[in-house]
Amino acid sequence: MSLIELTATELLALQEGGKASAAEIADAFLAAYREREPKLRAFTSLDEDEIRRQAKAVDAKRAAGQPLGKLAGVPVAVKDVLCTKGVRTTCSSKILENFVPPYDAHAVERLKAEDAVLFGKTNMDEFAMGSSTENSAVQVTRNPWNTDRIPGGSSGGSAAAVAGCQAPLSLGTDTGGSIRQPAAVCGIVGIKPTYGRVSRYGLIAFASSLDQIGPFAHDVTDAALLLEAVAGHDKRDSTCVNQPVPEYRKMLNDPVKGLRIGVPREFFGEGLDAEVESAVRAALKEYEKQGATLVDVSLPHSKYALAAYYIVAPAEASSNLARFDGMHYGHRTKEKADLIGTYAKSRGEGFGKEVQRRIMIGTYVLSSGYKDAYYVKALKVRRLVKKDYDDALATCDVVMGPTTPTAAFKVGEKSDDPLAMYLSDVYTVSCNLAGIPGLSVPCGFTKSGLPIGLQLLGKPFDEEKLLRVARMYESATDWHTRRPKV
Amino acid sequence: MSLSAEDVAKVAKLARLELSGDDLARMQTQLSAILDYVAQLVELNTDGVEPLAHPLPVENVFRPDEPTPSLPPDAALQNAPNRVGDYFGVPAVFDEPMSH
Repeated sequence: MSLIELTATELLALQEGGKASAAEIADAFLAAYREREPKLRAFTSLDEDEIRRQAKAVDAKRAAGQPLGKLAGVPVAVKDVLCTKGVRTTCSSKILENFVPPYDAHAVERLKAEDAVLFGKTNMDEFAMGSSTENSAVQVTRNPWNTDRIPGGSSGGSAAAVAGCQAPLSLGTDTGGSIRQPAAVCGIVGIKPTYGRVSRYGLIAFASSLDQIGPFAHDVTDAALLLEAVAGHDKRDSTCVNQPVPEYRKMLNDPVKGLRIGVPREFFGEGLDAEVESAVRAALKEYEKQGATLVDVSLPHSKYALAAYYIVAPAEASSNLARFDGMHYGHRTKEKADLIGTYAKSRGEGFGKEVQRRIMIGTYVLSSGYKDAYYVKALKVRRLVKKDYDDALATCDVVMGPTTPTAAFKVGEKSDDPLAMYLSDVYTVSCNLAGIPGLSVPCGFTKSGLPIGLQLLGKPFDEEKLLRVARMYESATDWHTRRPKV
Repeated sequence: MSLSAEDVAKVAKLARLELSGDDLARMQTQLSAILDYVAQLVELNTDGVEPLAHPLPVENVFRPDEPTPSLPPDAALQNAPNRVGDYFGVPAVFDEPMSH
């Protein structure tokens, strides 16, 4: 395999063994970036000189015998929703087209502390709202397995960059599935940690009670490595927990004896593509071969979770996006107007259609006369959705099912119908409402060569077990070694 | 449709979003469809269920009431659409100057 097809773990070993330098690794990925970016369009920005400078600095540190971080010399692409000091951060929106943050997000600080090479900012659905990256105001990223298809969203750029071997690792964010779904349709591993596991300081907020930052990687070991690097307490995010971060890789190859897998009947109903179902059921059989027991469980409020999500998330977004008013940063209209007119014109000009839609829904469901019927009702349903998972996970170690109802759809296929787009989140949103961790691992391909993802959902702060369970399947299969021809 | 044109205009005003006539019409159709879909929650009996705003049982997280360094003015102003000295220049809040 060429350098660009290797995992981060392999790249670390090469450097430690003196077989490759951080500079050579950076050059290899920069060449891949240049060659593949016209087809993939995964990045909103990338500074080649800065990347080379960072790689050189890691090599110098190694040569001087200084201690190195756990991501030393490894290129990590960062979704353009995370603040990077001095580096343009746009959320793929016109309203932040020229915004340069004066500080780093906590997760970015952690990457730097571990000597990672920050490898560009990746494209996304605007303000993380979408499931296909078609809502980007910058460009539409393509799926590396088939460039007529979407890479998923909202972290489509981060997923495509790793799947397309432009970077071995990337960070994304997941509010309703925006890491897991792109991971599934791009054939890579993606994790949404437990809510509160990773600090949201410096993450430009979409929905504050749902957003989480997480890793994309070729395999479970790499994903565990990146999660180790970014997880942990941060005083500046009062919603993150003060709990020690386990060494996720330590017991990773220890299978879970007596593993009980909950299989929710609601995840195998109408709307699930036959090929996806077949691949997921084959994966469950593999677990049985390894000694696991399948337990029939029910998540009775599943069908209401999507509706609850599309009330709660837009409501929180309408509040979070109120700060984009043209006053302190971001786009301000050139038209003459009074104060309120300036707000309205700046936001009307700066926000894309999907963002405007969600702000409108959020504003409506929070407004006087409707708040109880919609928002408060949705929060009650949220408690019921969480209870479903608590009850199910009392009878099993992990819950499993498909990550998405179908493989990657075509660019343009759902972009005219917002509701059809929302329905592709049906298996992923309930996890965010409940705050539990979830991950997607590749479990096969459709006949037409499109990746399929297996979703694993676990107990709060049980990422260690979740990763071990994922690794059990991965060690018996080779999906994670496949690379697309771009 | 569940939303009237007036409803949409009112929400746009609350949301401080200026939308064209075409956009308002399209919004009306799309928002009505979305709201119809999410309204299915009314089927569920949620009597006695407490709303869950946060997945974690978070409590107030305080820090000692001691001053700590904050963002320097230049950094805070570096993205200002209109910087006036050490201030953000903004449109006047009131159309006319108030006299006392």
